[in-house]
Amino acid sequence: MTYDPSILATLLFSIIVIIVLAISIYFSRQSSSSKGYFAAGGTIPWTINGVAFAGDYLSAASFLGICGMIALSGYDGFLYSIGYLAGWIVALFVIAEPLKRLGKFTFADALDSHFNYPGIRLAAGISTLVVSVFYLIPQMVGAGALVTPLLGFPHWVGVVFVGSLVIFIVATAGMKATTYVQFIKGTLLIVFSLVLVIAILGKGLATSPSEGYHEFMTLTGSVKDGKVVGIDDPGYRLTGETTAKGHVFVRLERDGVHRWYLSDATLDKTILTETLTVETAPGTVTLYNGLPKEAEAFFQVGHVDTLMVNGEKVEATGPIGPFKFIETIEDSTVIRFIGLTFSFEGKSVALWYQEPTAGTELMRPGLEFKVDKGSTPLSKLNFVSLMVALFFGTSALPHVLIRYYTVPSPKDARKSTILAIAAIGFFYVLTLYIGFGAMVNGVIDVQNSNMSAPLLAKSFGILLFAVISAIAFATVLGTVSGLIVAASGAVAHDMMKSLFRKRDISDEQRVVIGKIAAIVVGGIAIVLGILFEGMNVSFLVGLAFSIAASANFPAIIMMLFWKKTTAKGIVASVLVGMIASVAIILVSPSMFVRYGMDPANSPLGLDNPAIISIPLSFIALVVVSLITRKKEA
Amino acid sequence: MDHGPAVEYQEETALSDYKTKIGLRFFAIYGIAFTGFVLINTFFPQLMKVKVLLGLNLAVSYGFGLIILAIIMGLAYNAVCTKKEQEYEALAKQVDAHGGKGAGK
Repeated sequence: MTYDPSILATLLFSIIVIIVLAISIYFSRQSSSSKGYFAAGGTIPWTINGVAFAGDYLSAASFLGICGMIALSGYDGFLYSIGYLAGWIVALFVIAEPLKRLGKFTFADALDSHFNYPGIRLAAGISTLVVSVFYLIPQMVGAGALVTPLLGFPHWVGVVFVGSLVIFIVATAGMKATTYVQFIKGTLLIVFSLVLVIAILGKGLATSPSEGYHEFMTLTGSVKDGKVVGIDDPGYRLTGETTAKGHVFVRLERDGVHRWYLSDATLDKTILTETLTVETAPGTVTLYNGLPKEAEAFFQVGHVDTLMVNGEKVEATGPIGPFKFIETIEDSTVIRFIGLTFSFEGKSVALWYQEPTAGTELMRPGLEFKVDKGSTPLSKLNFVSLMVALFFGTSALPHVLIRYYTVPSPKDARKSTILAIAAIGFFYVLTLYIGFGAMVNGVIDVQNSNMSAPLLAKSFGILLFAVISAIAFATVLGTVSGLIVAASGAVAHDMMKSLFRKRDISDEQRVVIGKIAAIVVGGIAIVLGILFEGMNVSFLVGLAFSIAASANFPAIIMMLFWKKTTAKGIVASVLVGMIASVAIILVSPSMFVRYGMDPANSPLGLDNPAIISIPLSFIALVVVSLITRKKEA
Repeated sequence: MDHGPAVEYQEETALSDYKTKIGLRFFAIYGIAFTGFVLINTFFPQLMKVKVLLGLNLAVSYGFGLIILAIIMGLAYNAVCTKKEQEYEALAKQVDAHGGKGAGK
């Protein structure tokens, strides 16, 4: 997709960045001690912390990833919203207060509070690092995706820019600055998402989303012996035919431009519908719908095909209420674009064809997660595994856990969690409208679903686009800052304490080590953010949840509620959960696609490991605790 | 004899135990609602298209319902915990007023 940078967007983006830097520099004077740097001195009011929780949590995955997934696959993207929110229930009712009572800076403090066993700190520190890095990848991918349309830079420039900026913020200011950045960003994100939803409902639904929306061609042709042999319009010439994933595609030439069409053939006739394609081959110019990128022939898409209101077919609804909006989409038919790839005459062709989809299918599960048509026991298990990871992962995420130590008391930890649930819950309701708004307003970039929400904002004017993009960018900055503080805390506080038990490390040295760790982790995140370009950020975050739920959750819950838990049991649980989940992810079908291998060859066939790795982690803890109990006693 | 810290410790533990017990009960209720949601999505996805409320189908109604339930239960949990904390604080003040050294800090 070709994007023109906007001066207004660039200006607002610059203002946001300057505000963030000013907050960082202002608070840097207050973070010279360990407690100041890693836990904001435990002085943050619960109201600020609650909104900052929401700011931390409503990351690129929530805003960009969920909205993008709903825009492409409907209700299934909203399942992420529900899973992400439900996870907070575990945090509130089971984890928040006990953890605050036990810990000081990190959750390793809490895990180690009964035992004083160095292995716990080391294992928990490593797990925090691994989860943080996995969570950082999607944030960086989101940053790259945002900067492209905003400033016109390529993806990698966006990633390097965000990475460098965050490293500067974290290395100077620590948790207090991060908290206030998250507070401001969380508030702005929710307010302007509401503005966007009001704009969507005010515009209503229409079969032609905008004046400049591309009108897709439909042609007819003749078929003989199952092959397309001619086009009724003499202006077109047949130049190729291929089959991919059970569909027949033909290539037609007109005025020297070759374009691909989906063929829907009966016995002797065929209806041909226009597709979107990107054709690449080494040493040649990449063609977008048969033309070079500069021709801007690659369109944003997504529209209502048949619009039904109260049983009647209409062209547009006008302003519409929130419940009626959902009901109308459910009663109508929407054109989605389904992607696939094939090779033709030495070129790699990425193609997206039109798929009229009934609203009843869009508003229920099954288009992204294979739980209905075409489902298998394994695909259902994969879905359950994801939901288990989201439910138990939230309360085990390092940057969520660390925030329990920034407030003065367990009571404040509880209240800030409830405020976070209300803010996050409200935002997630909005994601359903933003996602479906993008689906039907002709704003989807099929190459990058992550851009659906900002591009939807753009359809309502450059000002809203500029504000939403700047907030989304601040979202990435804030979340990445929180993650890097958590990761650097794990290194400076937990791993160092474990590795250098006999050597005294001063408070100042600890902060210096933390800052060095922040730079290293930030560097790793930059590299991985570039490598994972184009993957849906919500999917990537789901993986981080799986690792957190597997490595940290069983250890926390058993330490709190099972008296026979031993130090070695906790270490075993953290390591088994972490290694099992990472190993399953590395051999998952999605990663096989990333390696350029056939996903069908993935040994387990599971994208989401939690359903296997969480029980393994519990089993490891119970078995090792029972074996080592007498020795430790 | 100084029983102050012991009183404080027992009160704190009893209060924590109470809040933990309530928290686990609330968690169990929400856990059942969430499990039901996941099970219907996984094994009876067709059921999700049945219209149930304000023109919304079960999928959307149940999803919104889980979000609203989380907020309501969070507020209810906070109300129950705050009430108990206030009772303990009042008790601690009474002990202080009767000269209980160190109690109820």
